[in-house]
Amino acid sequence: MAKELWKGNEAVAEAAVRAGCKCFFGYPITPQNEIPEYMSARLPQVGGVFIQSESELAAINMVYGAAASGVRAMTSSSSPGISLKQEGISAMCSGELPGVVVNMMRGGPGLGTIQPSQCDYFQATRGGGNGDYRTIVLAPCNIQEAVDMTQEAFDLADLYRMPVMILGDGMIGQMMEPIEWHDIPKRELPPKDWAASGRKGRDHSNFITSLRIDAPDSEQFNRSLEAKYKRIAEKETRWAEQDTEGCEILLVAYGTPARIAQSAAEELEAKGIRAGLFRPQTVWPFPSKRLAEIAAQESVKAILVVEMSLGQMLEDVQLAVEGAKPVRFYGRVGGMVPSVEEIADEAEKVLREVR
Amino acid sequence: MKKQITISGFGGQGVMSIGKSLVEAAVAEGLHATWVPSYGPEMRGGTANCEVVLSEEPVGSPVFTYPTELIAMNLPSLVKFEPFVTAGGTIFVNSSIIDEKVKRTDVRAVYVPCDTIADELGNKKVSNMVMLGAYIAATGALRTETIRQMLAHMFTGPKAKLVELNMQALEKGAQCLEG
Amino acid sequence: MTTVYRKSAGLQDRELHYCPGCSHGIVHKLVAECMEELGLVDTAILVCPVGCSVFAGNYFACDCIEAIHGRAPAVATAVKRTHPDQLVVTYQGDGDLASIGTAEIVHAAMRGEKFTTVFINNAIYGMTGGQMAPTTLLGQRATTAPMGRQKELHGSPIRMAELLSTMDGLAYAERVCVADIPHLNKAKKAIKKAFELQLAGAGFTFVEVLSACPTNWAMTPVEANKWLLENMAAYYPLGVIKEAQA
Repeated sequence: MAKELWKGNEAVAEAAVRAGCKCFFGYPITPQNEIPEYMSARLPQVGGVFIQSESELAAINMVYGAAASGVRAMTSSSSPGISLKQEGISAMCSGELPGVVVNMMRGGPGLGTIQPSQCDYFQATRGGGNGDYRTIVLAPCNIQEAVDMTQEAFDLADLYRMPVMILGDGMIGQMMEPIEWHDIPKRELPPKDWAASGRKGRDHSNFITSLRIDAPDSEQFNRSLEAKYKRIAEKETRWAEQDTEGCEILLVAYGTPARIAQSAAEELEAKGIRAGLFRPQTVWPFPSKRLAEIAAQESVKAILVVEMSLGQMLEDVQLAVEGAKPVRFYGRVGGMVPSVEEIADEAEKVLREVR
Repeated sequence: MKKQITISGFGGQGVMSIGKSLVEAAVAEGLHATWVPSYGPEMRGGTANCEVVLSEEPVGSPVFTYPTELIAMNLPSLVKFEPFVTAGGTIFVNSSIIDEKVKRTDVRAVYVPCDTIADELGNKKVSNMVMLGAYIAATGALRTETIRQMLAHMFTGPKAKLVELNMQALEKGAQCLEG
Repeated sequence: MTTVYRKSAGLQDRELHYCPGCSHGIVHKLVAECMEELGLVDTAILVCPVGCSVFAGNYFACDCIEAIHGRAPAVATAVKRTHPDQLVVTYQGDGDLASIGTAEIVHAAMRGEKFTTVFINNAIYGMTGGQMAPTTLLGQRATTAPMGRQKELHGSPIRMAELLSTMDGLAYAERVCVADIPHLNKAKKAIKKAFELQLAGAGFTFVEVLSACPTNWAMTPVEANKWLLENMAAYYPLGVIKEAQA
């Protein structure tokens, strides 16, 4: 199939439409505005619904409403807007409602900056709203992956009845790159017989709620979520790796920094340093087991985590490695992007220190 | 072949579209390519730059510190990025509005009076196409014919006459290399 | 045997949890009867609020969605847009609609979303135990306004039906109460009319029901209804607030 040149945000929006997304609800915020703009023109062409909501709160609750009535829906935003959406994301997890949420992260805290960042990792992977919950968090490192993951996100959401987040950064949203449209393998999906879409002859009414006021019921429900999350961790954990066998230093990064780290690894190889790259594609569930295996190799002297944050995924790496090897960190924040040279220099410095 | 190109100028000079044209042509020729814009709050009139990577291999980092080529459409862009161009690289200067010369001696300098030529062609908007023509002629990174096909695809119906205007701009830009 | 009274098929066979004298039970019944009489129980989708009626989904026989506090109009917007031929109703209290959810209700009205909102205004936060609501009357005591609501400190109560009636998208707004049988009958007519207008695609429809909360007002049910008619109805005029010409 011919390659097509797409801007990240627009590609994500088109991918959603191709995945059968019927509704988009959103509120303007940079650097993701091309997603609602694209949807406002595209969704009516396929009989879908686009609403520019009055706030991010309304947007996520519109997703909640569409999902509760059995319709595929999506919203997108960037960091401060995603903070506002946490209320609805928590409620969707509790109501076990599927939906897709895109976060094209920008620098924070507060209003921060509109430049790219990864400072919402904790919020995305720990459950950013109230309650014990998780969302599946897919972390694309280029536009092709963003497109493929967005399409798959709708199936994952329907299969596990929960929100799925695409965790990108401003650069993935804003950049252009050629992609190919693949047919994403379809999953066997259960019928949405739980949806409140009108009884239409059903012998009982469906009631979608996130309130379980009776403590024993509430505990039982939380246990069922726990079991679901375990199942997801077993089946849906994903990562990519390059030159990890016998590497001396292992770079760990996701999203845009991962492809910069890939170039840094090539630069290190050219200098005769065996550098591997481990790239989580799901940051929840986090690919701890495989990371620990790689780290356990005798050849590995140190691990360098690279993020556009002050060190958030770093904690997942430390938890996975369990102190078996030195874990170091290099991060740029506030909208600054690490360079190939910075990462390569840091890797060399780390190796000098641990040798 | 791997090109890392920084294109910089005022907003409204067609800086972003030079980059997009390069990437689009590269994709049409089967190359790997990325385009990363600087994006800021100002929609018009501010400084704008984009980073383009063209490569026969899949692109790792889409951002870079050291461009192999710099296209400077205004003076602040030349001042800002000249020091970072790799030795043996090329700097393209919009000499219609940049009076200064390239100071580096380890890079090639190409002076293109984009705005002057565009004026002569009767349309200021093709200034960036003049520069694109110079870039293609100097680097041989892409084929002119690919650009023509892109233009033919872009300008149809009543706008079809713009294809020739843009092609003329490309050729005039290429001729700047001969002098 | 002659049937003289039958529970509406719009309600499930469950005991309500509401306090004695609370208007919720009566309004539930009216909404359910209107759904039943229009033959809509099988297709209607009701969006419930946070507040005393958070459990409404356990009582109504139609499909129900429990929204987060204040967001019912956003939820209903998406439901109605994706199910344009079905009756969609939000059922919201005053804290939900007139305080935390003002943005959502105002913008649903502005967009002229074609669903109906039944607004229970009892001038108090019921479920959390009697705190001041945006609709609490001046001088009325609440657990967070122990000296009574004061204009200088709290501002005057908000009239939502009038506020929303300034929106072109609102097709019909009426304020009713259920304090006695004649008023109750008028309330039912208003709800039914709102449903009919919704199905005719008229626009956003809104029925505000002045309701009694004897528990948090510290009154008997009889006293509460009397107080409602004398005080609430004086500040919140009953009747049609707006009816757009078709």
